[in-house]
Amino acid sequence: MGAAKPGARPRVAVHKLSSCDGCQLAFLDLGEDLVRLAELVDFVHFAEAGPVDPDAEVDIAFVEGSIATPDEVARIKRIRANSRYLVPIGACATSGGIQALRNLHDGEKWLAEVYPSPEYVESLATSTGIADNVDVDYELWGCPVNGRQVLAAVRALLWGVDPVPEQDKVCMECKRAGNVCVLVSRGTPCLGPVTVTGCGALCPAFGRDCYGCYGPAENPNTEALGRRFRGLGLLPEEVARRFHFIHSHREPLRSAGRRWREDRGADDP
Amino acid sequence: MSDAGRRIDIRVPVLARVEGEGALEVHAEAGRITDLRLRIYEPPRLFERFLVGRDHSEVADAVARICGICPVAYQMSAVQALESIFGVEPDEWVRAMRRVFYCGEWIQSHALHIHLLAAPDFFGYESALAMTADHPGEVRRGMRLQALGNEVMALFGARAVHPVGARVGGFHHAPAAAAVRDLRARLEAALPEAEALVRWAAGFPLPDNGQDFPYLALRNGADYPMNRGRLSASTGLDAPVSELADHVAEEQVPHSTAFHARLHGEPYLVGPLARLNLNADLLPTETRALLGETGPALPSTNPFHSLPARALEIHAALVEAVRLLADYRAPERPHAEVTPRAGVGYGATEAPRGLLWHRYETDGSGRVTAARIMPPTSQNQARMEEDLRATLEARGLDAPDAELRFLGERVIRNYDPCISCATHFLDLTVRRR
Repeated sequence: MGAAKPGARPRVAVHKLSSCDGCQLAFLDLGEDLVRLAELVDFVHFAEAGPVDPDAEVDIAFVEGSIATPDEVARIKRIRANSRYLVPIGACATSGGIQALRNLHDGEKWLAEVYPSPEYVESLATSTGIADNVDVDYELWGCPVNGRQVLAAVRALLWGVDPVPEQDKVCMECKRAGNVCVLVSRGTPCLGPVTVTGCGALCPAFGRDCYGCYGPAENPNTEALGRRFRGLGLLPEEVARRFHFIHSHREPLRSAGRRWREDRGADDP
Repeated sequence: MSDAGRRIDIRVPVLARVEGEGALEVHAEAGRITDLRLRIYEPPRLFERFLVGRDHSEVADAVARICGICPVAYQMSAVQALESIFGVEPDEWVRAMRRVFYCGEWIQSHALHIHLLAAPDFFGYESALAMTADHPGEVRRGMRLQALGNEVMALFGARAVHPVGARVGGFHHAPAAAAVRDLRARLEAALPEAEALVRWAAGFPLPDNGQDFPYLALRNGADYPMNRGRLSASTGLDAPVSELADHVAEEQVPHSTAFHARLHGEPYLVGPLARLNLNADLLPTETRALLGETGPALPSTNPFHSLPARALEIHAALVEAVRLLADYRAPERPHAEVTPRAGVGYGATEAPRGLLWHRYETDGSGRVTAARIMPPTSQNQARMEEDLRATLEARGLDAPDAELRFLGERVIRNYDPCISCATHFLDLTVRRR
């Protein structure tokens, strides 16, 4: 970190908001690398790993989870104010996550359908990503992010370098891996053509469809892919659901799903 | 504070306004607890609602997202429930490999809990990372076991967090024989490490904390329960999983987003100690011998014995995975064909933290029309409150707040609730009167 005091170790925080805890495992599953990383940086706040100091000033704050409660709105503002670099990690933090499916519906009504006494539960009607609420410096996408991603980001930021975001679509990685294309060879509705890589093209390697857990790639042609899915026999509502799953609140997936659902008269599930 | 009759109002927001996800509020009068509330405040994510309208083929990918530490458990309970609706009987290969898949999750999750969450409590460290300097061998052994568990999950799921291999009917993909041989050899090589872990864990200075409570786990009479069995409880309950809601009532309380569940009106325990109490006779021979040597004596109603139970389950899971992967052959097709139909189905499996129960209704095309999920944490929550009450009173409420808070954190962490991180934020309020 360019501006860090000589000899002072960079201070790192890992925060959790509305999430499944899975992206923190990108750190907790590092094993020996985690021990080495802890020798290079000070984890001043990382509740699941032990240290708790949520309001500490840090060089890098990684944030897992979406903004889904009034308290989280306040917390993310404090985290932003206390951090030199703010790095949302994972689908929840970058786009609201799977729980952002409520944004497409009446979130308050949904709450009442799950909780007999919704008034006891403090929750926003929406789930949004961190960048929808405060400025962020860099985002790591994926549901979940993996150790390779977080280590690369820490390394780059510590050296004052802007991390290079992934640009390729899953298709590119799939081709390089020599996987048989599940869309072409099996007619499986694969989201690989519109999804950014970073996962390692895991799903097609297993002979199944990509379901878009890393989020949209740049300039994805959702319109053409939706028509291709329709050609495979999917109903408009099924096409809509392909786009509205892990990253339903992220453009252009959000609009693509909406078009298939609303313009094309699909039933609202 | 020594004068219990004195009216005292103490508010100790140790970590002011953080999280609010896990907080403990204790009201005491004359040295007795009059009210105790464990507030679990995980923001609601409404899975049970947004699963409605989804196709059966999307459910396994969706429910994995409920928990990053035990996604396999959610996937296995869900596919089991859906298969029961569609009348699908997975073949012997699928059943065996699902058990291996589950073994991976137990090894990973239990190793993470013992080393990263629980052990620092016993050695006086803030974190496992801080502990590594003085106890490098033990911590690194734990991390190696955790990594092995992850590898088992990745063998079937391509990755350990939100694996992508599970589907209704079986798996999307069968691992290659060479990959299985390689991993099996390393699992076998880790058995002495797991044994050493069991012996190490048996030496932890566990609080003597005998309590009286019922416990519940699956039991099938043939193998140590993971993904099949009937509901079995210390109360004598023996019922099919479809009847859980007839015996357990869930209620929402104002102070928590996790429901409180009671078995015939009583707080009850699920998880490793409940499983061990009810199924020790079904442990692999080697693990049973290790249990005999290291304890605890069973049945145990000291909740802190969950820790040695976890270590023993890591050992058992390794033995099981090694056994089940012997003579491995990839099948022609790793899943049964599925023909959707309308109906109601139930699935219950043993997540690392305890019984995880799902209920789904589907329409004729296999779309979900209703979903209900009862995770282990909500089943344990009432029991955690009872445990906290007993433990704090036994210690004496005139103890310093810092000590009571640490004791409370340890009690909660011991259950390894799916809010593990929140319990580090334990914001203790004691109101003494």
